[in-house]
Amino acid sequence: MNTIEAPSKMETKSTKTTERVTGADAVVRILLQEGVDLVFGYPGGAIMPVYDSLYDYQDKIHHVLARHEQGATHAAQGYARASGKVGVCLATSGPGATNLITGLADAQIDSTPMVCITGQVPSALLGSDAFQETDVIGISMPVTKWNTQVTRAEEIPEALAKAFYIAKSGRPGPVLVDITKDAQFQEFDFNYEKCTGLRSYVPVPELDQTKVQEAADLINNAERPYILFGQGVILGNAEKEFKTFIEKTGIPSAWTIMGLSALETDHPLNVGMLGMHGNYGPNLLTNECDVLIAIGMRFDDRVTGNLDKYAKQAKVIHLEIDPAEIDKNVNTDVAVLGDCKESLTELTKLVEPKSHDKWLQRFRDCDAMEQEKVIQNELHPTTDLLSMGEVIRIINEKTNGDAILVTDVGQHQMVACRYTKFNQSKSNITSGGLGTMGFGLPAGLGAALGAPDRTVVTVIGDGGLQMTIQEFATIYQTRAKVKVLLLNNEFLGMVRQWQQLFFDKRYSATEMINPDFQTIAKGYHIPTNKVTERDKLDEAITEFINHDGAYFLEVMVGKENNVFPMVPSGSGVAEIRLE
Amino acid sequence: MEKREFTITAYTENTVGLLHRITIIFTKRKINIESITASESEMENIYRFTIAVTETEELVGKVVKQIEKLVEVHKAAYFKKEEVVQQELALYKLATESLTNGLEVERIVREHSARFLTIEKNFVVIEKAGYRREAFALFDELKPFGIKEFVLSGRVAVSRAEHGIGAEVRELLQAETNT
Repeated sequence: MNTIEAPSKMETKSTKTTERVTGADAVVRILLQEGVDLVFGYPGGAIMPVYDSLYDYQDKIHHVLARHEQGATHAAQGYARASGKVGVCLATSGPGATNLITGLADAQIDSTPMVCITGQVPSALLGSDAFQETDVIGISMPVTKWNTQVTRAEEIPEALAKAFYIAKSGRPGPVLVDITKDAQFQEFDFNYEKCTGLRSYVPVPELDQTKVQEAADLINNAERPYILFGQGVILGNAEKEFKTFIEKTGIPSAWTIMGLSALETDHPLNVGMLGMHGNYGPNLLTNECDVLIAIGMRFDDRVTGNLDKYAKQAKVIHLEIDPAEIDKNVNTDVAVLGDCKESLTELTKLVEPKSHDKWLQRFRDCDAMEQEKVIQNELHPTTDLLSMGEVIRIINEKTNGDAILVTDVGQHQMVACRYTKFNQSKSNITSGGLGTMGFGLPAGLGAALGAPDRTVVTVIGDGGLQMTIQEFATIYQTRAKVKVLLLNNEFLGMVRQWQQLFFDKRYSATEMINPDFQTIAKGYHIPTNKVTERDKLDEAITEFINHDGAYFLEVMVGKENNVFPMVPSGSGVAEIRLE
Repeated sequence: MEKREFTITAYTENTVGLLHRITIIFTKRKINIESITASESEMENIYRFTIAVTETEELVGKVVKQIEKLVEVHKAAYFKKEEVVQQELALYKLATESLTNGLEVERIVREHSARFLTIEKNFVVIEKAGYRREAFALFDELKPFGIKEFVLSGRVAVSRAEHGIGAEVRELLQAETNT
């Protein structure tokens, strides 16, 4: 029988000297040891000891006071995605904790590393329905990668060490540590060691070379191979390895919305976007390829459409870090488990240099069709109504593809992701899996703080903006240089589009009688401008991009414009509609 | 695909809330857990969950991957009926007078290979280990004598394979202690 003493491996190099500190003080010291210099949060009764400790470390840890805990989570997500670091959130018990849930769910489905620390009522009151008590462990369990409750100060170091390790290792995700108020007050002998492994947890499966060989054989014999890449390439910092692989094999590559920016827009093998509002060729030709190579993506239903009509003719290779994703939605012929930085490196060694000009031409032909039927009109409309696409086109002209794009959810998100030009990775931040309206404003703020040297443009619709509009105050207080672009169509546009196409134009609860956003932004001391005419657009966008600091630009766009192409819900990818 | 009886086994750490994390995976897909048992395993400080479900193999396979993905789960696997040796334990509480009015109850208990766990002044408790259907067969026979209480444990099962998945867990732990 085996006897295993310690459930986690701890680094031994850190100092063993202990110091008498409070639990709250330990929390802050641990944040520092984990390299955290920025946290997002909102104080309240049960987390007050930690906030009191933060007061002593203001020169080392900057606390961003969001105006709602949901805003804090999305800001932490934006920060994490722009910087590649773990986003940290603090909140109090009860409503503070429950307000984190949407952000946790968003981070969970989009694999964003985040550590949330919540205060909890004193341990003696647990389960008594005390003031601001809520079972945040139970509530957050389905939407966290891991969570734990701490009721004694001595437990804090190990809980937080695990939290940071789990959040960022393997397939990243959000974790939550709930700390009772008495544990925060308690004094104990503090000593911190970072966690480097847990015996029950395999963050990165070991690469199986035979699978790599099988994948290489399929690829080498393929006539019409096709690559679908997702956020795994970005999370694995494998952009370079990915590019080397596709350039050697000459395989056309399409991206999921979460994979966007991993490969520059202008790369000749970048054939565009997958999914419901993706590009024509990438959807249509999914059902014509002979080998489908999925890299760090999870075959979301918005990508695949009807699974019964999805790539049935193709052999499927899946490069993936998470074994639970294999065969979850699409059956795989060869599963290559592991970190794609490593698997792509190994695979590149075994594949033959090739080009697939004829096959690539198919994508270009489809693109030409889409240009004519959709893109030309969206980017250069001939009617008086402004289109979302032309706004994005002009932004591209001003930023040259160097900006970070943050989007909310809806039509503007699809248009912005379809048409924004990218030159570098970690530049697209959106709520992909959860589709969280209200994500854009706080995530943009977080991205601006996470990548202070880059231009951050956050594109939002009039619906989503009003879900977290209070974060304008946070933008003002932090002086975050985020450019907020409101594409205002006075409708919940995506829902309205569905109502038009699938619900007989019965526009139930989608028209918005909006406030004056200009006055609101001014109230938050944000410089603003509003454009209703095409001839003012270029100048306004120049000012928007060049202004040194936060800026709010509102553009009134066509109320009833639709986003095309579209794979209608329940249809196969090859049934994509251009109009 | 046809729904069948499966037994899921998971070797885990013993942490607060892990049971909840596991059941969420079933709830999320609206799968009914027929029984769930957590206990010690053959390895010190390693716990073992045994979950009984009737589902399609495809879905059970996906669920098992989700269970194994949990940070505090070492290994998870599923087994078809014929791949495990399984038992459940039933307790039946009857009035003692059911014994004093003839030999019928004793005969039934004997025939079902059950046994008397205790005989008190006012009540007796009969214990039966076996398959679920055997427990219910005994229930039906005892019913006329007035069952005051009946309870059936969750399924426990070991695999028919020589080492089961426990061997893999042992290897993982061994590798861990060696590093």
